[in-house]
Formats: sequence, structure tokens, C-alpha cells
Amino acid sequence: MSINFGQAMSDVPMVDIDNSGLSEEIHGQWRMALRRFRRDRLAMFGLITFLTILLIATIYTFVNPAGWSELTTSFNQPPSWNHLFGTTGSGLDLFSACLKGAQQDVIIAFVVASISMVLGTIAGGVAGYYKGSIDAVVMRFVDLLLVIPLLAILIVLSRIFAGSGNSWWMIAILIGLLSWTYIARLVRAEFLSLRERTFVEAATALGAGGRRIIFKHLVPNAIGTIIVNTTLTVSGAMLLESTLSFLGLGIVPPQVSLGMLVQEGQDSATTQPWLFAFPAGMLLVLILCVFFIGDGLQNALDPRKSRSRA
Amino acid sequence: MLRFIGKRLVMSLGVLWAASVLVFIMVANSGDPLFDLKMNPLTPKASILYREHLLHLDKSIPERYWIWFTGVLHGDFGKTLHGVPVGPQLFTHMAVTMKMVIPALLLAIVIAISLGVYSATKRGRWQDKGVTFTSFLFLATPVFVVGLFLKFFVAIPIDQHFQKVILSTAGDSSPTATGGFFQRIPDMLSHMTLPTMTLVLAVFSSWVIYQRSTVLDTMDQDYVMLARSKGISKRRVLVRHILRNALIPVTTVIALDFAGLLGGAVITETVYSWNGLGLWFLNGVNALDINVVLAYLMFTATTVIIFNLLADLAYAVLDPRIRYS
Repeated sequence: MSINFGQAMSDVPMVDIDNSGLSEEIHGQWRMALRRFRRDRLAMFGLITFLTILLIATIYTFVNPAGWSELTTSFNQPPSWNHLFGTTGSGLDLFSACLKGAQQDVIIAFVVASISMVLGTIAGGVAGYYKGSIDAVVMRFVDLLLVIPLLAILIVLSRIFAGSGNSWWMIAILIGLLSWTYIARLVRAEFLSLRERTFVEAATALGAGGRRIIFKHLVPNAIGTIIVNTTLTVSGAMLLESTLSFLGLGIVPPQVSLGMLVQEGQDSATTQPWLFAFPAGMLLVLILCVFFIGDGLQNALDPRKSRSRA
Repeated sequence: MLRFIGKRLVMSLGVLWAASVLVFIMVANSGDPLFDLKMNPLTPKASILYREHLLHLDKSIPERYWIWFTGVLHGDFGKTLHGVPVGPQLFTHMAVTMKMVIPALLLAIVIAISLGVYSATKRGRWQDKGVTFTSFLFLATPVFVVGLFLKFFVAIPIDQHFQKVILSTAGDSSPTATGGFFQRIPDMLSHMTLPTMTLVLAVFSSWVIYQRSTVLDTMDQDYVMLARSKGISKRRVLVRHILRNALIPVTTVIALDFAGLLGGAVITETVYSWNGLGLWFLNGVNALDINVVLAYLMFTATTVIIFNLLADLAYAVLDPRIRYS
């Protein structure tokens, strides 16, 4: 990110000077955003905590790949040095299970966010740029998902696909196919105003087609909104997936997720509180971190629309 | 105005109809509700055929949809798999759910608006940071975690400490409770407190953040500065000039979140074993009871649509600048 532009400028031939001047301005914006983000203590805290948990989970499951499913001979043990988070009634080491579950949740959330980002940008972009009947079709679908609780649709869908074995990617695709509407609405709104700007007119005059204008001119201008809301989709996906797993309709044994661990731990929550506290706490911390990152990105990329700052 | 309402209603009915078709096709194709019955070797062939006939399973999916659709137009939501009419069941379960949804909605509105305004008036100070952080914390907490926490670490310790049930954790009322409405109030409170709190904590946080930012936006307007420079006290400016404008936009956000509130009720009912709409729906989904699933979805969608329409109208009444055409 921190390329030395002063030096690069002197090396480039004259012909390219316009282009590099432009890219310097763009990179300058990114650098300013990065600086704003770095100065945001809560966002940096969120990012570092999130990455640390993920790193520990990855290393742990790499070194000890079967740890989360292996049964030990100590049953219902409270947290100790041998079992940091204690063990379950069947002798499962909760520390390994929580790390594996956290990893699973984050992977699902990333898949969901990628699907939502792509679908939301394309659907919202096409609707906002072309308007008319395409817009009407996309927006009616968005309306549909606004009036029925998302959770209710997911409950119906996951029950339907339960027969074919609830694998984690099935859950991820289902949530992804339903949560792009939020991004689509915002991208559409941005495009509706961006498409009237003179640079779009200029591009049209130069003969650029719709696809080129959308992806080369409009998407870069709306990239802040897209990035911020993709981050928020990550946290939304984690909330939805854990809720589904809690209801027994998402991730089911022999796979593991934090929501499922909470569901299994709830029956003995008063006598063995660690069975509830650790998975629930980990879930909470992960989602909170993503929120902080999203909020920091919002302030860094789009300070005008900041939600939580003065 | 009337034309706007009419147009919106027609569009909403279209959305509802499309939703019913999609859900019908999905549920109808998702499995056989009589699977268990058929797996039992002792079931006579004739009774399977009879049940299939009763549930219209011997007809094609478009025919079944048509039967359902014409029924709904006559106010008949069909029968459950066990042959009980769905309509009355919907209303008994709705009465249970509303016992937590309505108090939670009102409480959440009051708490969210006052916290949001308070937080904005303390802009940048520790009170503001505290409110914002708490809001984020609850925004990040899944509903079932809040519910389970209140159940296991608030209700049960209190009940154990006093050696009697002060905060009940199961059901919407005690089956043993007798007497008139006023005699049952203590029992109702004991059952309603925690589920309502859970639902409030599940929805209020995003409204706080939104309310805070609207108040802050309004504070930066020129007319506020003008009012202050005329010598009007801070308090009077806040009440007369800022709040009048800043309380309007949140109505839309609250109305849009009503779907989320009903979704949260599904979880809360599961945690506190309330036999409300949410649990009814979950059982319906598990049993592949198509009429129950459709009745629930149509009911929630209609409620959300009505709420949104009311919010739009309230918006126009509160803010004379807004005109719908």
C-alpha cells in the first residue's frame, strides 16, 4: 500500500503521466483510509483479536486435527490446564471443539459474505444503472425478503435440504442466497445518483457500454459502501448460522459450530456453566470484533455516513 | 394519499402472493408428511390412501395450491396434518406470542429513543461511549445467548435463593393459575418478565445507534445554531427544536425491524418454551405441515406490511414536508 510515488513518477514516460497522476490520487485515498483505520483503536482491537483467534484456531486444528472429535476419559471436568475450557459429559475437550467451531463459523460467514457481495453488487448495480423493468424485478425480490423474517425462510429451507445431509457449504449457500438484498439496496441507491454524474455521461459519449460503465466507473465509486456492508454481512451471517445451529437446523453433529455447542451445553448450564459460557462467549467476541472492524471501515472509507461517531 | 395507499396495498398483495407460491412449491417438494405412517408396516393401505385423500396429497401441486388459495380467499387456511382447522390455531398461538411481542416493542421503543437522545446530548463523553459500546455489545449477541443467559444466570439463581419461583422460565402462564384477570397478574408477570427482556435486548440496540445519529445530525443544522444564538436555553432547543425533527426517521427503522422482532420471538419461545406462533411454526416445519407453515408466513408478512404502511403514514403526518403521490 505504501508505494513511493515520488520516485515512481520520475521514472514513468510522459505519455503515462495522466494515468499515474490519477492512480496516485486513488492510492492517496486508500492510504488516508488506512491511516484513519489504524488510528481507530476499537477497530484495530477488533481486527487483532479476530485474527488472533483465527490464527490460534488454524494452528491448533493443523497440529491437532482430530482434537475436536476425540473423546477423552475425563468427563464433565471444569476448566484446567489440561483442558482449558473443560470437558463435556461425553469427554470432549471443549477448547478444541470451540476453536474448530469458531473456524467453521468464520469460514461459513466468509462464503456468505462473498456470495452476498457479488450478487448484491451485480443485482443492485444493474437495477440502479438500467432502472425500468429490471429494477422493478430486483426490488420486488428485495421486498419479499423484507416482509418475511429471514430466519423463518431459512428454517423452512434448511428443513427441506436437511434430507440431503446438512453440510456446512449448503448452509452457507442458503444464507448467502438470501442475504444479498441489503447490499443490493445500498448499491442501487448509490448507483441511482452516480449514474447522473458527468463522468458517466463522458464515458457513454466515448462509447462505453453498460457493463464497462458499471464495473469500471460506478463500482469503484461505490466500493466503500460495498466493503463496509460486506463486513456487516459477515457478522449477520454468523448470527444467522449460529441461530440455525442452535435450533438444530444448521450445523449438526458430527460437524461442529459454536451455536451447536451452545445448544448442547444449555441443558447443564447451571451445574457446568463452562459448557455454555465458553462457546457463547467466543461467538459473542467474534461477532463483536467484526462489528468493530466494520465500524472502523465505515469511518475510514466513508466518514460522511459514519454511524457511531460524532 | 389514498392513491398512494392503494398502490402500496396492491404491490404488497402481489409480493404476498408470490411468496405463497414459492413457499408452497418448496414445502410441497421437500418430503412426504406421511413418511412415518407409511414406514409402519402395520398401517393398512386403505388408511394411507384415505389420509392422502384428506390432505389432497393424491393431487398435483398446482391443484393443491389452488385448493389452498381459494380456501384462503374464503378465510379458510385449511387443516393441519391432524385434521384441526389452522385458522383458530393461528389465533390462539398469536395471542400467546403477542403477550411478549407487544410489551417488548413498546419497552424497546421507549428505551431506545431515550438512550439514543441521551447519548447524543453527551456527545463524545463517557456516557455516550458507554451507551454506544453497550449497544454494539447487544447487537453482536445472538438472541438465544441473551435468552439462555437470563434464564440460567438470572432467573434460576434468584429462584433458588428465595426457594420459590419468582421468575418463571417455562411457558406463558402456570397451568394451575386460577381466578380472574387481576388475580393472575402476578403469575403473568413472573412468566413474561424474562422473555420480554430478552426480546427488548435483541432489538433495541440498532435503534439506539440510529436515534443517536439522527439527533446528532439535527444538532448540526443551522436552525439549531440560530435558536441557540437567539438565547434559547439548551434544554428548550433540545425539546422544541431538535427532538421534534429527530424523532421522526426512527419510526421507519422500527417498522422495518418488526420482521426481525417476530424472528426473535421464534428463538425466545424456544428458549422459554412458550407455545406461541414461533414454536407452532417450528413444529409445523419439522412435520412438513404445509398449511401451518404457510399460515405463519402469510400472517407475519401481512403484519410487517401493515406496520410498514402505518409507518409511512405516520411519517407523513409527523413531517408535513413529506408528500406521497
